[in-house]
Amino acid sequence: MADIRELRRLMRQLEDQLVVCMRCGMCQAVCPVFAQTGREADVARGKLVLLDGLMQEMLNDPEAVRERLQRCLLCGSCAANCPSGVNVLDIFLKARAILAGYLGLPPLKKAVFRRLLAHPQTLDRVVEFGAVFQKLFTRPVNEIVGTSCARFASPLLADRHFRTLAAVPLHRRCPSLNTPAGASGLKVGFFVGCLIDKIFPSAAEAALRVLEHHGVGVFLPEAQGCCGIPAVSSGDTRTFNELVRYHLDKFDSAEFDVLVTCCATCTSTIKKIWPSLCSEDLTARAAALAARTMDISQFLVQRVKASAAPVPSAAGRIVTFHDSCHLKKSLGVSAEPRDLIRANPGYTLKEMAGADDCCGMGGSFNLEHYGLSARIGRLKRDSIASTGCSVVATGCPACMLQISDMLSQAGDRIAVKHPIEIFAESFYGTSPKKD
Amino acid sequence: MLTKALVREFKAQIGEDSVFSDPTDLITYSYDAAPLEPVTPALVVRPATGEALSRAVRLCNQNRLPLTVRGAGTNLSGGTVPLAGGVVVVTNGLNRILEINSEDMYAVVEPGVVTAKLAAAAQAQGLFYPPDPGSQAVSTLGGNVAENAGGLRGLKYGVTRDYVMGLQFFDVNGETIKTGSRTVKCATGYNLAGLLVGSEGTLGVFSQITLKLIPQPADQRAMMAVFDHADRASETVSAIIAGHIVPATLEFMDNFTIRAVEDFSHVGLPVDAAALLLIEVDGHPAQVGEDAERVEALCRQHGAVSIRVARDAVERTKVWEARRSALSALAKLKPTLVLEDATVPRSKIPDMVKAVNEISREYRLSIGTFGHAGDGNLHPTILTDKRDKAEWERVEQAIAAIFDRALALGGTLSGEHGTGIAKACFLEKETSPATILYSQRIKKALDPNNILNPGKIIAATA
Repeated sequence: MADIRELRRLMRQLEDQLVVCMRCGMCQAVCPVFAQTGREADVARGKLVLLDGLMQEMLNDPEAVRERLQRCLLCGSCAANCPSGVNVLDIFLKARAILAGYLGLPPLKKAVFRRLLAHPQTLDRVVEFGAVFQKLFTRPVNEIVGTSCARFASPLLADRHFRTLAAVPLHRRCPSLNTPAGASGLKVGFFVGCLIDKIFPSAAEAALRVLEHHGVGVFLPEAQGCCGIPAVSSGDTRTFNELVRYHLDKFDSAEFDVLVTCCATCTSTIKKIWPSLCSEDLTARAAALAARTMDISQFLVQRVKASAAPVPSAAGRIVTFHDSCHLKKSLGVSAEPRDLIRANPGYTLKEMAGADDCCGMGGSFNLEHYGLSARIGRLKRDSIASTGCSVVATGCPACMLQISDMLSQAGDRIAVKHPIEIFAESFYGTSPKKD
Repeated sequence: MLTKALVREFKAQIGEDSVFSDPTDLITYSYDAAPLEPVTPALVVRPATGEALSRAVRLCNQNRLPLTVRGAGTNLSGGTVPLAGGVVVVTNGLNRILEINSEDMYAVVEPGVVTAKLAAAAQAQGLFYPPDPGSQAVSTLGGNVAENAGGLRGLKYGVTRDYVMGLQFFDVNGETIKTGSRTVKCATGYNLAGLLVGSEGTLGVFSQITLKLIPQPADQRAMMAVFDHADRASETVSAIIAGHIVPATLEFMDNFTIRAVEDFSHVGLPVDAAALLLIEVDGHPAQVGEDAERVEALCRQHGAVSIRVARDAVERTKVWEARRSALSALAKLKPTLVLEDATVPRSKIPDMVKAVNEISREYRLSIGTFGHAGDGNLHPTILTDKRDKAEWERVEQAIAAIFDRALALGGTLSGEHGTGIAKACFLEKETSPATILYSQRIKKALDPNNILNPGKIIAATA
């Protein structure tokens, strides 16, 4: 372990960002974790004090600080509500990187990030292998939500009701694409993202159909991987930088107008985190790509003007929309996915209470703190169910996983879809059976 | 430091999961929203029941441990900084609204209920809980009562004190003390609630609070008046009060604040204006119409260059968005923000605005002034960086100067933030040596071991 003075020196890099917090405590109003625990160390103000304490030599236990720093969904609710404009996520991610550099990564995370995540094709092979055998270990529990659970007691899966891996991931159905701009005169780069590729390929297929329908050319390079958020949120900047470089090499010299993704988390990572946290030699390239990156719904509504005038339909299925934190709080996108949903006359959009309350997923937070994550998730489930909807839509596959788990455990018969799937149905009808 | 045996005793009596002793957790209870030096407690407890709260108080007294009660830790005078170490008792686990009685118009709450949550629950039943401190989205009602918190509506609706009908609290031995009632009138016993409101946790620990609710006003109208001289704006405030009109809110914003807000939120404020008044009248629709016209006329008489009356809910929201973002906008300019709340009789608002401007020049500091001009409670907001030692010294001198000027105008050190640590050494100036002594005797009689939030309000003298 390195000298603690070295740790303090690195923490000093955060000082100018840390002093912005005036300890007003307004973050307590919106933090989903704090709402469950009431513990100051769980809310942004407390965590910023811990980092300050480490820097000012008030605290001598970096491991304890890291443990508390990891108890955070990185949902950005605090930053979106902060009177002083503290750049909370940026500080937390940098602090996690500094602490991981000092303390080292936990061995399991290190193995997963460095051996799997950093090597997209290896990851693909392992996941495909898993997809073949998953039926041996899991059994379907809710055919409407599309979830399964463990056949045998499993510490890894616990009581989760999860969406299984797609039998055929997107990279098998559509390894690569390079079509010219059509009637729209536009061409997009298409960043798939792990969860869309491996669990929700139907969302990407819906997006590709919609883009084709509107005469938008698509550049989809093969062997895409992870955007790097799991690595960087655990402080593994090495893997993160490898992934940023890997994808910049694939995308940033190609000819297209806008980079789109169907994953709110990928979009937010590429737009906000790549340029801010990547190594300096990549900053300019990452910033240039970030500047032309958009969520798929934002692109379709703003650039393609794809939203048809809403056609009211009395016979519509009721759908409610969950604002993913990475879409609304990070990117400020909330109207466009709703426009896509409203454009399908077969659906009636009914808002839930607290549509932008976090679902409690938070990526690795769900793995490390499942109990807490599920308590937050059940609140979201209750809001969804009380709309009386038969479909819930959200623009983030990670939220789709969490919401599926919560609905399924409650025995709800509510389907979970991506807004682009609902929009695509207005041209093509319900998409073919998923797998 | 506490012995391991004592920590075990706290865990046994309050609950294993409700006691924190890891230094990494303790440091997160060392501060509140005042820019003061943090002090780390020896132990933090977060009782989940009134009984556990009572046991925590008794244990502290038995072991002569200083006890600081903490709600959301948003107060601005150091009231929840555990100055003498000891135990911080967090009340946010006691967060049940026990009753909202629509027939008799009152609510009974536990101390950890968040102010805005009670306001929303009352509103859902057509009722109104008016006190709205700036931190209401997170502040607790226990904290509001302990600090006698105010807000934007003080002018017409009063402050927290005016809504406390009754209290249940624990004395230092953890015994239950009851005062007040659910009745509108109550003439039994000492008015202990009157003593406990604003006592900042130095005399007892609240367990239940009975709060008055009132009917919601049927109508309201908001307007914004623009002035090219700050004097004219503050004279208008005095004229409206002298005209015996009582707006629900009557807020002032100086040019410095206007520019900060506009830079930050682009709501379309006139950046050349020397000052703005944001005014809302409410009540019966006929009264609202008449009051609004009279206010408008008074603004024009006193030299308002333009008046914008909100025609609908959207425009009304816009007016108040400007006011609500004032603190945020100022906060973004410099790392440290010192929010003062010296208050003067309302007729002295013009003098106080002038005084703050003079102090800003004299001590070479950026001071934005905004606030509740209608009740005489301005918020001169000093923007600085605490790391700049030389400037920080001038900030401390400027604060003292603001206090002196407010007292000279017949005002008070604090309209709504409380005395805490920050103003304790100035209190004698506002009152008298005998007042401090009298208060100290009360404190001594009720808390002989001086465990309840020691070092606050009356502890220091200048």
